[in-house]
Amino acid sequence: MEVSDVAIRVRNVSHQFGEEGSAQFVRAMLETTLDINRGELLCLIGPSGCGKSTLLNVIGGLLTPTSGQVLVGDTEVRGPLPHEIAYVFQENALFPWSTVLENVNLGMMFQGVPKVERELRARTSLAAVGLSDFANHYPGQLSGGMRQRAALARALSLETGIILMDEPFGALDEQTRMVLGEDLSVLLSRTGKTIVFVTHSLGEAVFLADRVAVFSARPGTIKEVIKIDEPHPRKPAFMTSEKFTDLRNTLFALLHEEIRKAMEQSAASDRAAGGDGNS
Amino acid sequence: MSTTSKSTKRDRSALGSRLVQAAFILSLVALWYIGTTYGQISPILLPNPVRVYDELVDVLATLEFVSDLGVTLYELAIAFSISAISGVVLGYLISRSQYSIRVFEPLFAGVYSVPIILFLPLYILFFGLGPASKIALGVSTSFFPIILNTIAGFGYVERVYVLSARSMGASDYQLFRWVLLPAAFPIILTGLRIGFTVALLSILGSETIASLAGLGHRIVHLGEGMDMARMFAYIAFAVAIALILNTVTSSLEARARRR
Repeated sequence: MEVSDVAIRVRNVSHQFGEEGSAQFVRAMLETTLDINRGELLCLIGPSGCGKSTLLNVIGGLLTPTSGQVLVGDTEVRGPLPHEIAYVFQENALFPWSTVLENVNLGMMFQGVPKVERELRARTSLAAVGLSDFANHYPGQLSGGMRQRAALARALSLETGIILMDEPFGALDEQTRMVLGEDLSVLLSRTGKTIVFVTHSLGEAVFLADRVAVFSARPGTIKEVIKIDEPHPRKPAFMTSEKFTDLRNTLFALLHEEIRKAMEQSAASDRAAGGDGNS
Repeated sequence: MSTTSKSTKRDRSALGSRLVQAAFILSLVALWYIGTTYGQISPILLPNPVRVYDELVDVLATLEFVSDLGVTLYELAIAFSISAISGVVLGYLISRSQYSIRVFEPLFAGVYSVPIILFLPLYILFFGLGPASKIALGVSTSFFPIILNTIAGFGYVERVYVLSARSMGASDYQLFRWVLLPAAFPIILTGLRIGFTVALLSILGSETIASLAGLGHRIVHLGEGMDMARMFAYIAFAVAIALILNTVTSSLEARARRR
């Protein structure tokens, strides 16, 4: 891999919440280093509270790490980079007081896209996610799956090279999730965007990712990176193939141990503090 | 098809309950009429509704009510403007830091639960018997629901809205105009409506206690002169004014919410 093919460089990033010794103190991430290639879809997977979302927020500039640095291209991330990075959050990040179209428009307005161009881009991106007929609906009138499509349209309209997705389908039912995953795979195979995708679902990770980074229990760091060698767009048949099952089992084995560790940790800290410091 | 039939059914049941409400009020008035016409009720305690109606027509026809209504509405307008502007502005400023929310919100909530009418004698001492003491009381009752709702509106906007706006590059002004303000707006509006209602109540009430003019003043004045039928006519008039004002503010609120 050549140096110029790396889109995001994560260098020795550690992060902690609260002051050392205080009740809120949580060491969320420890010395994480990772290169994310241009145009790949990288899934972050790990036990809950392991720092996957923390890493995503550090990359997105929404969180300043305690130590270490993140480079996007040649620039060090010190805050949001609206021209390079777009976000899709877990759920309900659309503004409920605005229609789908207004939501998409607002994103581009914040980013600084001229008015005439917004119209065109909004229409294109809504068409890409199949929501052209719902442009004037309010988020409250849509199903959870359609809301996440709308959130994806908002991210696409920003025309950034990178999209960060924080468990975008986490709140959806299994069937909706599967269909959205398939659509996402088709959609993204055409755009060449770099995607970092946080998920709890092993199946989702194997189905979508070019590589899967497995996090260890807290303090989280990357334990292993698994390559998923399957061309995009992925077909539903891939999901039932032996290759899929093997990869899923490999991930499961890596993860299982960490989940046990994480659960013991949280039980111990519950006993100690009578609460949990979930991040 | 099924939705239209369902909505007509709902309309019909709404109409039904309206009819029951009207019948209830009419039977009360009928009872009032029968009791005062054929019963032994003294007209000093309860005048006949027909006489009250005649007096009300006279009050309206002679426009006698104008100066008292003017005083009350003037006090209400000034008091509500002061508490609406200061409540929303101060509430917004307080909501900008979690620390000041922690300090001021419980403080205001505590003061809000105090019966502020107790301060009226003090206000009359400070500001005299005229409109100023009524305005002061109106401001002190309506300021708290307005500022508390404003703090709640701005202070507890979903974090993910702010994060997503920031991630798309929203400036401070854009964040305020397109995220914080629309998120807080319905809650602030509720505070304004409550503030308006309590300002009207406390102004009318304080006029009946110690004042020189206003609808409350007129009602007490007529009562002290034993002019009961005309007093009842003024009470009916004041109730109608209060109903109209509250209906207008509620419908303004509902309309703004629908956007």
